[in-house]
Amino acid sequence: MGVSIEVQNLNAWYGANHTLQDINLNIPANHATALIGPSGCGKSTFVRCLNRMHETNPIARVTGSVKIGGRDIYEDAKPVEIRRRVGMVFQRPNPFPTMSIYDNVAAGLKLNGFRKRHELDEVVEKSLKNSALWDEVKDDLKKKSGASLSGGQQQRLCIARALAVDPEVLLMDEPASALDPVSTSKIEDLIFQLKSQYTIVIVTHNMQQAARVAEKTGFFLNGRMVEFDSTHKIFTNPSDKRTEDYITGRFG
Amino acid sequence: MPEIRISQPVPQPEPAPASEPAAAALAPEPSTIRRFLLARGNSAFSDYLFKVLMVLCALSIFVIVLLIGYELVVQSRLTWVQSGIKFFYTAFVDPDTHLPQYWDPVNGHFSALPFIYGTLVSSFLSLLLAVPLAVGVAVFLTEMCPGLLRAPLSFLTELLAAIPSIIYGLWALFVLVPLLRQYVNPLLVKTLGWSGFFDDSNPTGLGYFASGIILAIMILPIISSLTREVMTAVPHSQREAVLALGATRWEMIRTGVLRNARIGIVGAIILGLGRALGETMAVTMVIGNTPEIHRSLLANGSSMAAVIANEFAEATSDLHRSALVEIALALFIVTIIVNAFAQLLVWAVTRGTPSQAR
Ligand SMILES: Nc1ncnc2c1ncn2[C@@H]1O[C@H](COP(=O)(O)OP(=O)(O)OP(=O)(O)O)[C@@H](O)[C@H]1O
Ligand SMILES: [Mg+2]
Repeated sequence: MGVSIEVQNLNAWYGANHTLQDINLNIPANHATALIGPSGCGKSTFVRCLNRMHETNPIARVTGSVKIGGRDIYEDAKPVEIRRRVGMVFQRPNPFPTMSIYDNVAAGLKLNGFRKRHELDEVVEKSLKNSALWDEVKDDLKKKSGASLSGGQQQRLCIARALAVDPEVLLMDEPASALDPVSTSKIEDLIFQLKSQYTIVIVTHNMQQAARVAEKTGFFLNGRMVEFDSTHKIFTNPSDKRTEDYITGRFG
Repeated sequence: MPEIRISQPVPQPEPAPASEPAAAALAPEPSTIRRFLLARGNSAFSDYLFKVLMVLCALSIFVIVLLIGYELVVQSRLTWVQSGIKFFYTAFVDPDTHLPQYWDPVNGHFSALPFIYGTLVSSFLSLLLAVPLAVGVAVFLTEMCPGLLRAPLSFLTELLAAIPSIIYGLWALFVLVPLLRQYVNPLLVKTLGWSGFFDDSNPTGLGYFASGIILAIMILPIISSLTREVMTAVPHSQREAVLALGATRWEMIRTGVLRNARIGIVGAIILGLGRALGETMAVTMVIGNTPEIHRSLLANGSSMAAVIANEFAEATSDLHRSALVEIALALFIVTIIVNAFAQLLVWAVTRGTPSQAR
């Protein structure tokens, strides 16, 4: 089951670059939330703050509070345990090239010392089915390497890898930006199915995609959250002029 | 700018303004440059000359290698005719003591076995000691070192490679060997003596173990700098992928970095082995230089390079000289193969990773 995310006064920097300024929002549990905005406005930085990946960059800094399931991830927890509960899918597929498909999916569990063969097999199968990749790879799970798949298959493999550790929150940073329409719609179907079990945050440049999969949408501009509301409201009757300009294509 | 204008008294006014009035404003400026470039011709001859010169340079390396190989083969004919392949593994039995004997220039008995053994033992011992240390250094420098320390530290490790081997030899003789003799060797005999690899028959502190240690120090910079290179070639996205799964730093390095770089690291290790096999000076100074084979790592021995360095100048008989050259030939072939293999592995890893993928 997913959990809700409360973000309060979140500020983030890359060196002297104040990338995120005073972000406040509540992301509901077991729903998909889309983040839109022009390139460089800080969407990736924002999702990276939700699993404490931002601070892995030596020049990065972050202040404010992020509560996931009521627990402040910056005050009450260590990065490693947060990242085990908050899965992430990156903009560019990054499977492990030296591992088989099976080992790619099982990587998160094996890393944490989970060794029960039978249960591993089940988890791998379930995750690959959830990410709509199972039928394409079931015959050479252990023969083919993660790098031998196509770009779209690799991205679905990365989704399976993130799902295998059964996270409470799934962060997806433009998961379909490098994919063809068929793979894209597979991933959208997937998000649609998964959102009943997980809290999903998806960054996208594709407005139709946001409209199709997400209940809530947030609009970022220059490091600020301009508007956060139900997707329907954002796309039909935004309260901020800048949001309207962006979704009607007048800038960005 | 003014100089350029002076050198263009006759521009070509006809075609440009007639066809495209907009380009007319730009036309006078590049025309001098264009004429200058046209006047240079096609440069075919200088290009050709350059190519020939470079091919000659490249060929000279092949020629040198071939000449060395040829000379070694010719000079070692005598031993080859007399003992053939047996030269590399026979032993002679001493009529008085009934102990095996390998190398007796006075009676004309020559076998390369103790030297091959000494080279292999000291080299592998050095790998055993150097590899964990070198990989550790590389991991620290690429993944955890604070930016301020990185440059001086990598500079220092690299500097180790520039120290002449005679200096390593001297240091080993004056510092390492006494240390081994007084403290380390007795301890090893006491704790690990049961294994048979450490016994107290040799009180000098010289031997396989001492040369293994000094070799380890000498190959450390090669292995660690190449390991560092292949580790930095691993794209950053791989590290993030592992971290996002909730990995600790060590798990990230193991799964995200070392695993992806492993072929290159093996290449780095083999390159270190190549250096260790051929290292002469430092080993000659500390291995003990006795043509014997011992199970104990603390015993005196000799190596292929050491025996050549020690005996070549004093070799009086043709057979003795020829035997030494044959050892050189064997060393030559083995080091070439080992190095080629290592380069291939390193190349295989660093090739497919352009810097923008990091
Ligand atoms: N690794 C980094 N080092 C320094 N500055 C960075 C780094 N990553 C991002 N930035 C800066 O932070 C700002 C926000 O970047 P971010 O990646 O969050 O944008 P984005 O909204 O995800 O854009 P896109 O839609 O193009 O992915 C940009 O101004 C960028 O220059
Ligand atoms: Mg981004």
